Amino acid sequence: MMELRYLAPDTLDEAVGAFAKAGSAARILAGGTDLLVQMRSGMLKPGVIVDIKKIPEMTGIEQAADGGFRIGAAVSGMALAEHKSFGKVWPGVLEAINLIGSKQVQGRASAGGNLCNGSPAGDSVPAMVAAGAIVTVQGPGGRREMRVEDVPAGPGRTNFKPGEILVSFTLPPRPPGSSDAYLRMIPRTEMDIAVVGIGVSVTIKDGTVTAARVGLGAVAPTVLLVEDAAKALIGSKLDDAALAKAAAACSAACRPIDDKRGTIAYRTKVAGVLLKRTAAIAAQRAQGK
Amino acid sequence: MAKVHVTTSINGEPMEFLCEPSDTMLDALRGPLALTGSKEGCASGDCGACSITLDDRLICSCLMLAVEAQDHEIRTIEGMAQGDKLHPLQQKFLEMAALQCGICTSGMLVASDALLKKNPEPSEEEVRFWLAGNLCRCTGYDKIVRAVMETAAEMRAQ
Repeated sequence: MMELRYLAPDTLDEAVGAFAKAGSAARILAGGTDLLVQMRSGMLKPGVIVDIKKIPEMTGIEQAADGGFRIGAAVSGMALAEHKSFGKVWPGVLEAINLIGSKQVQGRASAGGNLCNGSPAGDSVPAMVAAGAIVTVQGPGGRREMRVEDVPAGPGRTNFKPGEILVSFTLPPRPPGSSDAYLRMIPRTEMDIAVVGIGVSVTIKDGTVTAARVGLGAVAPTVLLVEDAAKALIGSKLDDAALAKAAAACSAACRPIDDKRGTIAYRTKVAGVLLKRTAAIAAQRAQGK
Repeated sequence: MAKVHVTTSINGEPMEFLCEPSDTMLDALRGPLALTGSKEGCASGDCGACSITLDDRLICSCLMLAVEAQDHEIRTIEGMAQGDKLHPLQQKFLEMAALQCGICTSGMLVASDALLKKNPEPSEEEVRFWLAGNLCRCTGYDKIVRAVMETAAEMRAQ
């Protein structure tokens, strides 16, 4: 049996070097709530684990002067919930992250891990897509930025190049009248995996939607950015016709699987229903109601 | 295989132990550290029986590598009572029969303690949501939730 080595470098350069050198045998450890379960079940036998939590850039939350946020890839959901202003600016992103697992899991699990795990049903991912978050990744070839929606490649897979590590999320500054929301459909109230998850971010001026983004999860091999749904909302006053059009766009975007949690027909229908509900919550928040 | 030497703090005491790099914190607690109050239920972060705090944050010790404890502060169920004096939550769990078989109890207590430190006046709904990651197959939860509410009320009154 190959011996496991545990590394906890203090700098990103060291982490990237160690991760790239170990190749496919290496795994990144942030909260470990997916990695340790995969190791325990025998699904995964990494040769090297690179713990990134000693790297300040990975664990920090910073708000820039323009109001935008940079969140380290290893920041836990609980740390984000305790931040004094993040949840006021991005309530939808926060509620999505804090739907992941139990309080115990939220104490460790990160949005970075949720994205890199590549699950189509990761709760934070549709909310991050709706938020228009950009990720910074660093690898042997240097640093680059990607849109969140371009990261997942399929179940359990990402579009990172070999040796690349997710460093942080950057969320843009918010114009006045902006907010977001995330809803997921599960058969229970806690501790479950999304049947459908949807994040909606809107900007509303004088009752009219001036900007919108919709992220849709658990209904396709990857989380989706649904541009047609956003187009249906932009320019509208969120009237029934616009919401119906946006809901239809979400249902049309679905390419779900049939499984014990939900059938194809059910997931496709619920995607539209949740769009309406989520957009309503985001709009209420945006208008300070 | 080379064991790793870990220096940490457990229940306020400096502590050292040796572990394999792949051992979980729960393995270390129940093995070399002989602190068997934390239980292994699922070993996949679903049941909460292994709940501990890491730097005052509630976590599942089955989802943490033992080597990660280096230079951090761990608290377990063994640190809850002060000598022979039970923590108010422990006392109330006994008085109100908030346990039967006991496997979930240490996790319930550690999680409830973490809640009351963060929120001394939780609503019943907040208690139930907070404890959603602690499974109990005996009590039906009602006695546990009532014991936590009652303890919170008494601790506030003091």
